[in-house]
Amino acid sequence: MALLEIENLSVAFPTQGGVMRAVEGVSLSLEKGEVLGVVGESGSGKSVTMLALMGLVPFPGRVTADKLSFNGRDLLTISDRDRRQLTGKDVAMIFQEPTTSLNPCFTIGFQLTETLRLHENMDRKTARRRAIELLEQVGIPSPEGRLSAFPHQLSGGMNQRVMIAMAISCNPKLLIADEPTTALDVTIQAQILDLLVTLQKERNMALVMITHDMGVIAETAKRIMVMYAGQVMEERAADDLFASPQHPYTAALLAALPEHSHGGRLATIPGVVPGLYDRPAGCLFSPRCAYATEHSRTVRPELRPWAGGQIRCHYPLGDPTREARLIADRPAVDTEVSS
Amino acid sequence: MLRFILTRVSLVIPTFIGITLLAFFLIRLVPGDPIETMAGERGIDPVRHELLRKEFGFDKPILVQYGIYIGRVLHGDLGRSIVTQASVLEEFKTLFPATIELALCAIIFALLLGLPAGMLAAVKRNSIFDHGVMGISLAGYSMPIFWWGLILILLFSVQFDLTPVSGRIDVLYYIEPTTGFLLIDSLLSEDEGAFLSAVRHLILPTIVLGTVPLAVIARMTRSAMLEVMGEDYIRTAKAKGLSRLRIVTVHALRNALIPVVTVIGLQVGVLFTGAILTETIFSWPGVGKWMIDAIFRRDYPVLQGGVLLLGMVVMSVNLLVDLTYGLINPRIRHNR
Repeated sequence: MALLEIENLSVAFPTQGGVMRAVEGVSLSLEKGEVLGVVGESGSGKSVTMLALMGLVPFPGRVTADKLSFNGRDLLTISDRDRRQLTGKDVAMIFQEPTTSLNPCFTIGFQLTETLRLHENMDRKTARRRAIELLEQVGIPSPEGRLSAFPHQLSGGMNQRVMIAMAISCNPKLLIADEPTTALDVTIQAQILDLLVTLQKERNMALVMITHDMGVIAETAKRIMVMYAGQVMEERAADDLFASPQHPYTAALLAALPEHSHGGRLATIPGVVPGLYDRPAGCLFSPRCAYATEHSRTVRPELRPWAGGQIRCHYPLGDPTREARLIADRPAVDTEVSS
Repeated sequence: MLRFILTRVSLVIPTFIGITLLAFFLIRLVPGDPIETMAGERGIDPVRHELLRKEFGFDKPILVQYGIYIGRVLHGDLGRSIVTQASVLEEFKTLFPATIELALCAIIFALLLGLPAGMLAAVKRNSIFDHGVMGISLAGYSMPIFWWGLILILLFSVQFDLTPVSGRIDVLYYIEPTTGFLLIDSLLSEDEGAFLSAVRHLILPTIVLGTVPLAVIARMTRSAMLEVMGEDYIRTAKAKGLSRLRIVTVHALRNALIPVVTVIGLQVGVLFTGAILTETIFSWPGVGKWMIDAIFRRDYPVLQGGVLLLGMVVMSVNLLVDLTYGLINPRIRHNR
C-alpha cells in the first residue's frame, strides 16, 4: 500500500468572476521513503495541492477528490480532531519564507517544544532536551543558547533550519517542503537542500519537494511531477524525465534552463499562464505549445499512464505515431502563438 | 532601555509647559473672576473688589501672574482653592481615588467584554455574531456619554429600581477612607452591606464610562486578529496540528495585542474626559466633578492644578504603555 494516494484532487476558489480552479484533477501516489519533486511556474497549483493534503487550504477554497488517503487513512472523511493528530506528527510541512513562518512573539524553544509536548506528550524537561538534539541535527551551532532566541535574531537560513527541526521533531512519515530555498541566499540554498536530503535518507521519510527551480529538483528527487495551470502535465522518474521529456511543456522548461543556452540567448516559453477568464477549452498549454493542433485546442487531454509515469498530452514526444497524427490534425496555423 | 525612558521623559517638559499655558490662559478668558462669582448676584463694592483682587494677586500683569504660578508649581506648590482655601494637591489626593476606581472598573469592563468579543468576531468573520458585535460597537462609539448615562438611569434606576441613581455608596454607611478606593475600604470594614452598596453604585457609571473604550477595543481587536490570522506563522501553527483554541488565544492573540495596547493607552485620555461627564451625571465625588465645579466658580488654582495633574497621569500611563510593547513584542524590546 502506498503511503500517499491522491486521485482526481481539485481545489476551487469561488470568486466574483466565477470559480477559480487552482488545482484540477491531480492524481499521485507516493511510496514510503520516496522523494518526489513537484515543479511548475508560480500559480501552477503545486503549493495548493500540498496544502489540500495538509487540510490547510485557505478560506474559501473547496477541496474535492475521488481519493485522498495517507498511510491508509481517508483524509476526506477524517474528523478535525484526528486530522490534527496527524498533521505536525506524521505529515509535516515547511514553507517558503522561514522568517515570517515563525511566530515573532515566541522563542525558538517555545515553538519547537510546543509540537513535542502536543504530539509526544513530553514534559518540559524532556522536550527541551529533545529540542536541543533537534537543533544539533539540523546544524545549528550552540543550540542551547538558541532556544531562548527570537526568530528576528536569527538569519533566514537559521530560521529555515529551525522550521526543519520543528517539522522533523515527531519523526514524520512524510515531509512536504514548499519552496524551502526560494527565500534564501544561493550559498545557503545548497546547505538546506543537503540537510533535507540527509535527513530524508537517515529517517527514510517520504519527501515532497515543491519548487520552480529545475536544478533543485534534479539534485534531490527520484521522481518528478510537472504541473501547469493547476494540472499535472507529466510525472515520471527523474533520470528519464531529464533525458527524454515526453510533454512539450517539460521539454520547453528544460530548454529554458541556463545550462542549455550554450552562451546564446536563453530560451523562453512565449505567452503567459492562462488566468481565470482565458482558460482554453482544450489543452491548457495549447496557446503556448509549439505543436498545438485544432484537436488539442478543442479537446482537453486526460491524465493517462505513459512510459512508466503519467502524461496529459495528445502527442507525447516519444510517441511513434506522433508525427503522423500531428500532420493529420494540423490544418490550422499557430495563430495564437504568433499573436 | 534607560536611554529610551530618558528620551520619553524629556518629552514631558514641552507637554508640561503646554498644559500649564493652556489651562492658565483659557480659564482667564472666561468672563468674571472668582471674587465676582463668590459675591454672587448682589454684586460687590468696587473698592472691596479691587482690594480682594490685590490680595489674590489678580491685579498684576497676566504674564507676571503666570511666572509666579510656574515658579510655585516647580516648587511643588499648586496653590490653594480660592473657594475652600484647601490645598489643591490635598483635595486632588482625596478625590482622585474615586476617579481612578471608576476609570479602572470601566477599562476592566471594556477589556473583559471587548477582547473576547473582538476575537470571536474575527474568528467567526461575516457571521451574525460578527455583524452584531460590529454594529453594537459602532452604536456604542457614536453615543453621547451624557445621553447614554441618562437613559441607563431612567431605565435601570427609575423604571426597574435596580441600581442607585447617584453617589458612591448609600448614606447609611460611613466608611473610613484608608486607601480611598471604596471597594477595598468597604471590604476592609467587613460590612457586607457596605461593599454590596458600593458595587451597586459602581455598575451604571462603569458601563457608561466603559462603553466608548469597549467599542474601540472590540473593533481594534477584531481587525488586528483578522490581519494576524492571515499571517504565515498562523499557517505554521495549523501545520503543527495545534487546536484552534490554542492558535487563536496563544499564537494570534499575542501578536494582535500590540495595536490593541496602543489603543488602550490612548483610551486613558478619553477615559478621563468621559469621567468628567460621567461623574457629573452620577454625582460621583471624583476629580472630574471637582474640576467642573471649579470652572463654574472660576476657581483658578483648582482648575489649573487639576488639569496639570490629570495631564501628568495621562502622560505617565502612555509612557507605561510604550514600555509594555516590549513585553509583548520582542522585536521592539531588542531594537531599543
